[in-house]
Amino acid sequence: MDISELFFEAIGTLTLNKLRTGLATLGIIIGIGSVIALVSLGQSSQKAVAAQIQSLGSNLLTVIPGAQSAGFVRGAAGGATTLTYEDARALQTSPQVTTVKNVSPEFSRRTQVTTGRKNTNTQILGVTPSYMEVRKVSLASGSFISARDVESMTKVAILGSQVVSDLFGDGVNPVGQSIRINNISFRVIGVAESRGGTGFQNQDDVVFVPLTTAQKQLFGADYVTSISVEAQNESVMTQAQDEIGYLLLARHKLKDPASADFTIFSQNDILGAASAVTGTFTTLLSGIAAISLLVGGIGIMNIMLVTVTERTREIGLRKALGAKKKIIIAQFLIESIILTFAGGVIGMVAGVATSYIISNMINLPFALSPNSVLLAIGVSGAIGVLFGWYPAQKAANLQPIEALRYE
Amino acid sequence: MIQLSHISKIYKNDSVETIALDDISFKVKEGEFMAIMGASGSGKSTLMHIMGALDLPTKGTYILDGEDVGKLEDDELAEIRNRKIGFVFQAFNLLPRTSALKNVAMPMVYAGVSKEERKEKAKKFLEMVGLADKIDHTPNQLSGGQQQRVAIARALVMNPRLILADEPTGNIATTQAEEIMAIFQDLNDNGHTIVMITHEPNIAEHAKRIIHLRDGKIVNDGNHHKQRRVKR
Ligand SMILES: Nc1ncnc2c1ncn2[C@@H]1O[C@H](COP(=O)(O)OP(=O)(O)OP(=O)(O)O)[C@@H](O)[C@H]1O
Ligand SMILES: [Mg+2]
Repeated sequence: MDISELFFEAIGTLTLNKLRTGLATLGIIIGIGSVIALVSLGQSSQKAVAAQIQSLGSNLLTVIPGAQSAGFVRGAAGGATTLTYEDARALQTSPQVTTVKNVSPEFSRRTQVTTGRKNTNTQILGVTPSYMEVRKVSLASGSFISARDVESMTKVAILGSQVVSDLFGDGVNPVGQSIRINNISFRVIGVAESRGGTGFQNQDDVVFVPLTTAQKQLFGADYVTSISVEAQNESVMTQAQDEIGYLLLARHKLKDPASADFTIFSQNDILGAASAVTGTFTTLLSGIAAISLLVGGIGIMNIMLVTVTERTREIGLRKALGAKKKIIIAQFLIESIILTFAGGVIGMVAGVATSYIISNMINLPFALSPNSVLLAIGVSGAIGVLFGWYPAQKAANLQPIEALRYE
Repeated sequence: MIQLSHISKIYKNDSVETIALDDISFKVKEGEFMAIMGASGSGKSTLMHIMGALDLPTKGTYILDGEDVGKLEDDELAEIRNRKIGFVFQAFNLLPRTSALKNVAMPMVYAGVSKEERKEKAKKFLEMVGLADKIDHTPNQLSGGQQQRVAIARALVMNPRLILADEPTGNIATTQAEEIMAIFQDLNDNGHTIVMITHEPNIAEHAKRIIHLRDGKIVNDGNHHKQRRVKR
């Protein structure tokens, strides 16, 4: 008797009691389905976060004032005032810093912007010309802040597309118009290309002004809120991080790196922190889903035990006529594997469909690694073996005459 | 071929002990045709199960073809039951919801016979017991006598050297019983060893030797001509 014969016989027995078979697989369907859906959604959100962070460039380092804290808190920048425009210039010009390509000091604060008729609360970003290169900004029209603007603190502004539609309405070109920030009049000289923006913040809800103008004219500050640094390339990131660290420690007259009053992180650090969060979340949810899979497995075992008990006489007869243990085990294992495998495949389809619908609904890119599909199918088969093993053993070890006498 | 020495079988249910077989010893030679008789509950079926390697004695040794059956593994016993022994159960023990053909073919499944050959042979043996027109019937569509004949066909299909039949004609009308006996006679003439249990003296007459059991003990053992003389 070969496997295919056993297989068809098992299919025959399973279709004899369709309702029971269906209910037995339901546990596995739900288990595998929820694991697949959650893993897939986790991967989708991870992909979305990664895409957003990576769009800024993988050779970007950010320096913010304030000591390194456990975890990653974006708002921490507001507190400390230890970084200056001079720090940024030193990073650009110092001969000790060899791996840095561009340095962009930034001063950022939210405030009210108005045209007289309409107003909006938006982020004012004081920047230098290198911002455009470092942060990959391109212009829809007009021009960006020039070195001269920074030198002479001109009152010019480049608007993000969100601000344009808030203040002037969609499709209007505001170049040449003027806006008021903190009651000071600025001339609009350009509009930034829309970058979209989901998650952390809307990258189009911003007004760029010269760094010195923001510091001196608007907010009366002599520090910067962050310095973005573009390294030469991705492979020198660690070296760049070290060079920046040593230079700033020296400039701030600090000896112990542990007492640093600034923090340097790369896009990968953010990515790492973000994926750690989504990863933990995914693991947690999948863990809960895996428990339902376990419960499904126990359901299979239960059904198989019932089947073995019901068919005690049949097993006794087969053994009496010469069936060896191996073939009885195979007969029952194949049945339980068919149950869990079918449940696994149906559950996988259901899980993928659920994840696809949900990720479409909340605007995530759909993602599912083939590995997790293979894993799910493998796991469902393994559950069949695992939870079918004991009932199959029990059947194989029945003594023929006792089994034949069972009623 | 068969040697039983000091075989006892004791069933223990809770505190009640039933001695089904009590120190039984005898031999069956290759090619013998033997009948076992005795009142109901005298231990005939119990003895037959032990001889068929389906059950193990509580005490004593059973040697089949020179092998101590008590020392064999489960799978080795299965092999022996499959190849050497054809067993006709008192209760038929056919697989429900399964055609007569498949029931008869079942021992061949475990012997690794191909599907086509199984079908062909099973058909032939069903014809032999007079059920050519019933091959697709399931047990619940057959009369008691027909079920018994399916069980006999199944016992013969592997062409076993030892045939153990527990009341093979118990549910069969006299004429058909004679047909079954003719088949057994024929097999015996061809060298098969046959042991059968029966209540009916005229069926037992086909055997060359008759053992009488009473309360798990052998009370008489001899060829049936002597037997008759004793009775008279
Ligand atoms: N599994 C069992 N548990 C307890 N007692 C048993 C068991 N099987 C048989 N017995 C007892 O053993 C004795 C012999 O039974 P057995 O079936 O061998 O009788 P038998 O001679 O075949 O009877 P019959 O002619 O009615 O078939 C009986 O008293 C029976 O009650
Ligand atoms: Mg009996």
